[in-house]
Amino acid sequence: MSHGPAKGLSRWFLATNHKDIGTLYLWFSFSMFLLGGSFAMIIRAELFQPGLQLIEPNFFNQMTTMHGLIMVFGAIMPAFVGLANYMIPLMIGAPDMALPRMNNFSFWLLPIAFAILASTLFMDGGAPNFGWTFYAPLSTTYAPPSVTYFIFGIHIMGLSSIMGSINIIATIMNLRAPGMTLMKMPLFVWTWLITAFLLVAVMPVLAGAVTMMLMDIHFGTSFFSAAGGGDPVLFQHIFWFFGHPEVYIIILPAFGVVSEIIPTFSRKPLFGYASMVYATAAIAFLSFIVWAHHMFTVGMPLVGELYFMWATMLIAIPTAAKVFNWITTMFKGSITFETPMLFSIAFVFLFTIGGFTGLMLAIAPADMQYHDTYFVVAHFHYTMVAGAIFSMSAAIYYWLPKWTGRMYNESMGKVHFWISFLGFNLTFFPQHFIGLAGMPRRIPDYALQFADFNMISSIGAFIYGASQLLFLYNVIATIKYGEKTTVKKTWEGANGLEWTQPSPLPYHTFTTPPEFK
Amino acid sequence: MHLKGKRLKKLISSPMALFALSSTSALAENLVENSAQAERWQMNLKPGVTELGQEIYDIHMLVFWICCVAAVFVFGYMFYAMFAYRKSKGHEPANFHEHAVAEISWTIIPAIILLGMAWPASMTMIKVYDTTESDLDILVTGYQWKWKYEYILEHGENVAFFSNLTTPSQQIHGEEAKNNNYLLEVDNPMYLPVNKKARFLITANDVIHAWWVPALSVKKDAIPGFINEISAKPFKTGTYRGQCAELCGKDHGFMPIVVKVVEQDEFDSWLSEKQTQAAELAELMQQEMSMDELLAQGEKTYAGKCAACHGSNGEGGVGAVIKGSKVATGALSWHLDVVVNGVAGTMMQAFGAQLNAIELAAVITYQRNAFGNNMGDKVQPIDVHNFKQGGK
Repeated sequence: MSHGPAKGLSRWFLATNHKDIGTLYLWFSFSMFLLGGSFAMIIRAELFQPGLQLIEPNFFNQMTTMHGLIMVFGAIMPAFVGLANYMIPLMIGAPDMALPRMNNFSFWLLPIAFAILASTLFMDGGAPNFGWTFYAPLSTTYAPPSVTYFIFGIHIMGLSSIMGSINIIATIMNLRAPGMTLMKMPLFVWTWLITAFLLVAVMPVLAGAVTMMLMDIHFGTSFFSAAGGGDPVLFQHIFWFFGHPEVYIIILPAFGVVSEIIPTFSRKPLFGYASMVYATAAIAFLSFIVWAHHMFTVGMPLVGELYFMWATMLIAIPTAAKVFNWITTMFKGSITFETPMLFSIAFVFLFTIGGFTGLMLAIAPADMQYHDTYFVVAHFHYTMVAGAIFSMSAAIYYWLPKWTGRMYNESMGKVHFWISFLGFNLTFFPQHFIGLAGMPRRIPDYALQFADFNMISSIGAFIYGASQLLFLYNVIATIKYGEKTTVKKTWEGANGLEWTQPSPLPYHTFTTPPEFK
Repeated sequence: MHLKGKRLKKLISSPMALFALSSTSALAENLVENSAQAERWQMNLKPGVTELGQEIYDIHMLVFWICCVAAVFVFGYMFYAMFAYRKSKGHEPANFHEHAVAEISWTIIPAIILLGMAWPASMTMIKVYDTTESDLDILVTGYQWKWKYEYILEHGENVAFFSNLTTPSQQIHGEEAKNNNYLLEVDNPMYLPVNKKARFLITANDVIHAWWVPALSVKKDAIPGFINEISAKPFKTGTYRGQCAELCGKDHGFMPIVVKVVEQDEFDSWLSEKQTQAAELAELMQQEMSMDELLAQGEKTYAGKCAACHGSNGEGGVGAVIKGSKVATGALSWHLDVVVNGVAGTMMQAFGAQLNAIELAAVITYQRNAFGNNMGDKVQPIDVHNFKQGGK
């Protein structure tokens, strides 16, 4: 098996190699990250000061909606699927994914889905403008005509996710190197295995929700319309039954990445491996039984409120165990602070802040004040950006030398980190304050007393946005001109099968299974 | 220059304000004057003007401080590990990777702390859900994009009115200086008597809205087809402002809430005045209006309700063209139907409940006789009334 990649575009269109498909996913997700990010820049520019300066309210709503949809479904999820494609076979000593042709199909569905979604921006009536949570009836009876394309797009990306997850499950279950039992798998593999099961469980629920919308809009049903005997709140229950596992689908692979990187740069094995696995499983289980904590103001019965509050608070326990495990991994280690480690430590720090605000939001009576304010916006950006995106940056810096056989520019990496860290906190920390002071989310204009913090927040957003261009430049410069390195173990403290392979990685690896003790 | 210096100073000292706010310090005393209003650089919730609100605030602060203490421990541990075990200090890595006591204790200790928070929170939640024995019931209905308040009175003489944003568009578009209550001012505020428990019955006419007044610690979704309940018993008079808290379309940011809490006698006289107005309106409805009266009123109503979508000269926009349109130059009953009942599946709302019969009659007459439409026919309030009674 010495043949290399196919020539020209067919290498990519007909790709079945897990590294090629991983590369496609990663570049696709980065382009979506820039697109979703540019929408965020438009939002922050409009909110720079009170009054309507740049855009109209309806377009503002399109921007918040598209920003959310593209970041969640187009940037973060495909980025981690790409990482899974690239790294899982390498980490378990498999030659490729179990279902390579399906792998190709699940990737190429994504550009189609997002082309459909992005095309709605140019349609009569504009793009979806009902928020990424698309609550009915705003997203049904009162939606712009483009909602049908949005539904179609969601269906296609759901298909892609489900196929990608099945592939990951099949690969992990069947293609592990001899001797690699489940409890010896790297933690990234574990978190993805659990994530894949979550995806298979909830993507069909999302598909069900949008199909019911489709029926309400075009075929005269009334699932979500009280006038016809339906219930708008039913939509929210179905959406969040998908939506809450969804946020763990986003964060669990990030946990996995950080659990690989922190031991490497602490030069010490991961502390509490078994408890990490159990905590991940516990979080995944809890994610199915806490959904209505997004709906504390919807008018649930009192017992419902109390149940969802208590169940939600339980999540703090396995999450706290994970944080303690990461820190104890560093404790008594021999720590160095390369760029991946900086991003990982920032992840632990900032994600924990997001965890604390999450705990505050779980307190139902207090949540009735926080709900739908900027406090919530700050909370979930601490988990989504400082959680998922920071860990993704860490992963790219960590494995890029292995992928390309070239070292990235460490100083530029550190500059990228510090600008991101500063920009991120400047953007989102003040949003806690304006939320508590009473600013609702998803408004294009606001009362004067919120002006100061909004301006700070916008400045931070521009800094954070610009720092991602530096990241892009650093990655491209590494691929093109980076200092060549053929060391198998890029990082002194690294462990795992991927580091037994040459750098750069040959087109095919582990064509015969490695030995794993 | 003076202002800039002051702002800078405030910016530097603002992290401290959070701590000052939470204790009853001198700063807190300064805030008593306006204790329920959001203000510049505000960084925290305010206790509000209901007992329940103060209790919610206390729980918020309890959880906040517990999180702060936990953060000090967790981050202290983390930064200690980062600084003490750097490779640059020549530290050799240890090789342990398990410790049963540590792992069990950092599972059990957080669980106990969580119980300490969940219990008082549950007790408060039970009180939030107690909407019984109210002194006053008000039906709150969310519309795109305004609120309707209906005081449900014992003898059936309900008082109902709409509450619209009054901030002029010139201020929103930066053509005029913004006033202090920018985006938080309405034409008809809700009135509440002080020290009386008001129960809000909350629903919506079109999409989901949420009725939120921070000072009353009230936030509840307004859902079309369902009625939610929540109550508040303010103990302090004053004007309290809030906003819609659930994305409800284009003008979600432009449907504020203003609640005036007043002494009982002031409330009573306000209520009886509203009732008198309603009676006068009923009488007016019986009268025949002249073309000039209709057109004058119609022009006003058109500018307020129609022009945003249909254009100030009927040239259309988000909404359909009116100038020379089939509806405005067609059968009167069709025109009435469109305006009163709206057009299902489009942006055209049903104005039958939003405008009174005089306004409806006037605006329809105006549409049929302006912008070059020259139908010459009139609609009287009584026609609208009859249409609504007999109409579909």
